[in-house]
Amino acid sequence: MSTTLPTPRAAKKPDEDADVLIERFGSTRKSRFSRHVILCVIGLVMMYPLLWLVSSSLKPNDLIFSDLSLWPADWNPANYAEGWTALEYDFGVYFSNSIVIVVLSIIGNLFSCSLAAYGFARLNFTGRKLFFALMLGTMMLPGHVLLIPQYILFAKLGWLNTYYPLLVPNFLATNAFYIFLMVQFMRSLPQELDDAARIDGCGPFRTFWSIILPLCRPAFATTAIFTFISVWNEFFGPLLYLTDPELYTVPLALRQFIDSEGQSQWGQMFAMSVLSLAPIIGFFIAGQKYLVKGIATTGLK
Amino acid sequence: MSTESAVMPGAVDPPAPQANDRRRRVRKDRAGYLFLLPWFIGMLFTVVPFFASLYLAFTDYNLLNAPKWIGLENFADMFRDPVLLKSLQVTFVYTFVSVPLSLAAALGVAMILNRGIRGLPWYRAVFYLPSLLGASVAVVLLWRYVFGFDGIVNAFLGWFGVDAISWTSDPDYALTTLIILHIWTFGSPMVIFLAGLRQIPTMYYEAAAVDGASKWRRFRSITLPLLSPIIFFNLIQSLIASFQTFTQGFVMNNGGGGPANSTLFYNLYLYQQGFGQFNMGYASAMAWTLLVIIAVFTAITFLSAKYWVNYDN
Repeated sequence: MSTTLPTPRAAKKPDEDADVLIERFGSTRKSRFSRHVILCVIGLVMMYPLLWLVSSSLKPNDLIFSDLSLWPADWNPANYAEGWTALEYDFGVYFSNSIVIVVLSIIGNLFSCSLAAYGFARLNFTGRKLFFALMLGTMMLPGHVLLIPQYILFAKLGWLNTYYPLLVPNFLATNAFYIFLMVQFMRSLPQELDDAARIDGCGPFRTFWSIILPLCRPAFATTAIFTFISVWNEFFGPLLYLTDPELYTVPLALRQFIDSEGQSQWGQMFAMSVLSLAPIIGFFIAGQKYLVKGIATTGLK
Repeated sequence: MSTESAVMPGAVDPPAPQANDRRRRVRKDRAGYLFLLPWFIGMLFTVVPFFASLYLAFTDYNLLNAPKWIGLENFADMFRDPVLLKSLQVTFVYTFVSVPLSLAAALGVAMILNRGIRGLPWYRAVFYLPSLLGASVAVVLLWRYVFGFDGIVNAFLGWFGVDAISWTSDPDYALTTLIILHIWTFGSPMVIFLAGLRQIPTMYYEAAAVDGASKWRRFRSITLPLLSPIIFFNLIQSLIASFQTFTQGFVMNNGGGGPANSTLFYNLYLYQQGFGQFNMGYASAMAWTLLVIIAVFTAITFLSAKYWVNYDN
């Protein structure tokens, strides 16, 4: 990890007076060992439900709650094939719906938030401070206050049961967190870049496109990953605006497994749950660096 | 948040003749507004609904007929609505139990991780991952079964002779499972704490240790004060997010908030009122009430900050 500088450790001096220091830096073998034990136990407890989910997705239904070991005594990978087609449409439909929404949301956020961020971070215009404060204010504004009028508006526009209510706001820079993240990043770039570009005859758009954008790749990666995770998980928006099962996203589809009372196809449900979590875990592993940096600078969740 | 007052680097106007100056000003304004154009349109989608919902809060509106002005009646009804009061109670208990516990867990683990430990990226990944999954339907579904009557939690408790508990169907326990789910996601405040702990110069601890300060004393007198702006930030973020919990309550009991409304979060009840029964006016009044509640708690936190948040490092 390039972002994590190791805390300097106290040198292993055989100096008895320094044992408080050594304890603070964890250099005694005993305290180091006990910390690893504590962390491993916490980690195992936290990971156990997820491991149990994966293991249960591979077990036959009658073993899921009777055999609690993580290693299935009897394998039933057919859960995946059966779960895939268990609902009204097969999961290929739900996954492609989710992917379409996620990809367009990422494009929309990158496009609109980078424009706004460049304006706030690098340009000087009347009212900039006021607008910037307004933007920060919307970051704190709970979304439920806007919910009902937005719903009415989208209903009047005929957008119910379409993806527009989920997508259009992303093209209009309504996610202030990402603007803030990019503003923070752009401010860290030297102002001389803009000045040099201006002297060479670049207008603001050329400067934005050719100088600033290429340098902002890390901030864009962070934005893309966060957008991916939040949109992929998003439940409330699709629940509100999508009623036609053909348009359902993966979370809405998963929920259908419990809609039918007394359903007992746990294996299939868990198999599809694993598939729905897999992309998040994949993105997490691929982009951990950007995620950690991103939440450390903006406090994004 | 602390940066909002920071001076923004921008081109400074060089001295120039007046007319020239104004022309340049106009050109700069035009460029700035063009870049902000999508954001301006987006703000319409925020500002207009913001005031529209304030108006609707004073009306009776069911989406079919025109909104009818009824003054404060929605707010008066809220006081008389036992279900609403219950949902408020659920949300308060959830917030004021799970937020402090998860922040304490986040700080505790961050402090263990901060002491130059081998395998830090691994540990951090393991602790952070659940916070990305906590709001997903798959994990809330999983939680139902982990805490199911035959689930692994009861099996584990059984080793210690504890009788099986109906976690999800007993009103006394249903909210507890969601509080545990919240604590499970302590990873994101933990990463923020970890970044903050790195900023504390080790020489402070060295000096304190030389002076004979105990471990607890060093935590109280160095770590807490220097970390207080970050604790403050995490606290505000967690409070605001927690007051708005929805998915967990919805999925846990299939949209009903049961058993016996014990997981009926405020926003879940708002959803039921607005989009189940189309009481749009009442739901708007609920939304604004929650906004005021959140604003009050945020303000209290901000006002209390001068007694415990240390900004002069």
